Amino acid sequence: MTDTAPQPLRPAQPYIRLDGDTPYVEGRLCSACGARTAAVHLACPGCGGRDTVQSYRAPTTGRLHAYSIVRRSYPGVPVPFVSAIVDLDDGLTLKGNLINVAPEPDALPVGMPVRMVFGDAMGRTDKDGASYVAFFFEPAA
Amino acid sequence: MSESVYILGIDMLKFGKYPDRTFAQLGGEAALLALDDAGLTVRDVQAMYCGSVFGAYDMTGQAVMREIGQTGIPVTNISNACATGASAFREAWIAIKSGLYDAVLAVGVEKMPRGMLGAGHETGISLEGLFGSASMPAVFAESGMEHAGKWGTTFEQFAKVSVKNHHHSTMNPKAVYQKETPLEEVMGSEMIAYPNTKLMCSVNVDGSAAAVLVSEKKAREMGMGRAIRVMASALASDPWNPRNPIMPDVNSVTRLAAQTAYDMAGIAPSDVSLVELHDCFATAELLHYENLQLCAPGQAGRLIDEGVTALGGRVPVNVSGGLLSKGHPLGATGIANMYEIALHLRGEAGARQVEGAKVGLTHVVGLGTASAVHLFEKA
Ligand SMILES: [Zn+2]
Repeated sequence: MTDTAPQPLRPAQPYIRLDGDTPYVEGRLCSACGARTAAVHLACPGCGGRDTVQSYRAPTTGRLHAYSIVRRSYPGVPVPFVSAIVDLDDGLTLKGNLINVAPEPDALPVGMPVRMVFGDAMGRTDKDGASYVAFFFEPAA
Repeated sequence: MSESVYILGIDMLKFGKYPDRTFAQLGGEAALLALDDAGLTVRDVQAMYCGSVFGAYDMTGQAVMREIGQTGIPVTNISNACATGASAFREAWIAIKSGLYDAVLAVGVEKMPRGMLGAGHETGISLEGLFGSASMPAVFAESGMEHAGKWGTTFEQFAKVSVKNHHHSTMNPKAVYQKETPLEEVMGSEMIAYPNTKLMCSVNVDGSAAAVLVSEKKAREMGMGRAIRVMASALASDPWNPRNPIMPDVNSVTRLAAQTAYDMAGIAPSDVSLVELHDCFATAELLHYENLQLCAPGQAGRLIDEGVTALGGRVPVNVSGGLLSKGHPLGATGIANMYEIALHLRGEAGARQVEGAKVGLTHVVGLGTASAVHLFEKA
């Protein structure tokens, strides 16, 4: 018997979570010092607090903080692409590809509003052939 | 514990490609040169610290001792990203400062793998180019663009760093390159990660450098004539920063190490005569002008425009050619920076001599993350 049910997409980052079929980014917030992180740590990296960090659902809007237009990368990685540092509206910082924008400095004003979109991880699959879900940023008109 | 520590001997091999020589041979050659410079032999050395990134797990320090004389002294291998050589030096400094030893050898040695450093993390799939880039040119480009976004720093100002450092290297026979790179050439060379072009990325080479550190007692016994006093040795790791590690913070860690060093030496940044800083990418050098307090926040672009950091300026930076043109063998870089400073403090730097050099500063920063800042003066 063959299993024909579609495989759920796997998160391409540990902090991408699935709410049913809907992906979102899970942030971590320290109630003691206000530090926000994407990664999970043993204690708060901001204050060392234990049991002070709670998970929450991160917003999908933010601003472009810094970027680089990458024109040479490792073998097999398509270029150019815009590597963007984005501060989400709540203060959590993420790095991702900035898409649907010309890879030119003039089109990339620092501080420009962006939104997070989710999609297939550029067709990349693992050794089991599984597909992944990633997030990207695009200008928020 | 309050006594000063001195560099009695220091030297480096010309940076370049050494495919036919081992880590141990490269490190051993630099160690022998440094011992000769100090007027000591391996039998005078009481402990040894060996810095190497790609050779650390192979017990490279012990292999160096097999090249220069196995006297049975304690040998420790150090790996601390681009701060590796400086960290080995600092361990040697601590060992003498503690009163345990009078003469300690610090060696930095590297044979670099080919290609671009900083491969992406692996989960089930490769993440490079999917969540931005983790390549070092891109990471330092992003730090540069953060500065550009805040202060209006331009592509041309970043490129001028490379023009300056390549010019400096034309006077340094131990630099891998000795050729001028005019501004148009720097800006027009292959764009790797905007705003860093190929000529704005450090040169991937092999190399080694070594220093003999001694106690005050030993320095007096050997003669202070060419001794260099270590005014401060500071090492820092990443303090908490909300954007780190998503955006590696190359600034705070340097600021922390620099402030510690200035406090330890009891001097002001304006007392510094020349600086060898970590220009792994042209963008980084401008950031470090501010991180090392060579100018006020936001003034780095002006500093390069006005020639303040060029040879002949108020505070020449990277007169060796820097990592951009002298070369960047990770584990050797930190001690090679100190060698350059020692040349100037001794008045032995030839055509690139910084006239009247009194105090020299060396700086390295490695992602991982570590930064070391040292201050030196002629004894
Ligand atoms: Zn906290």
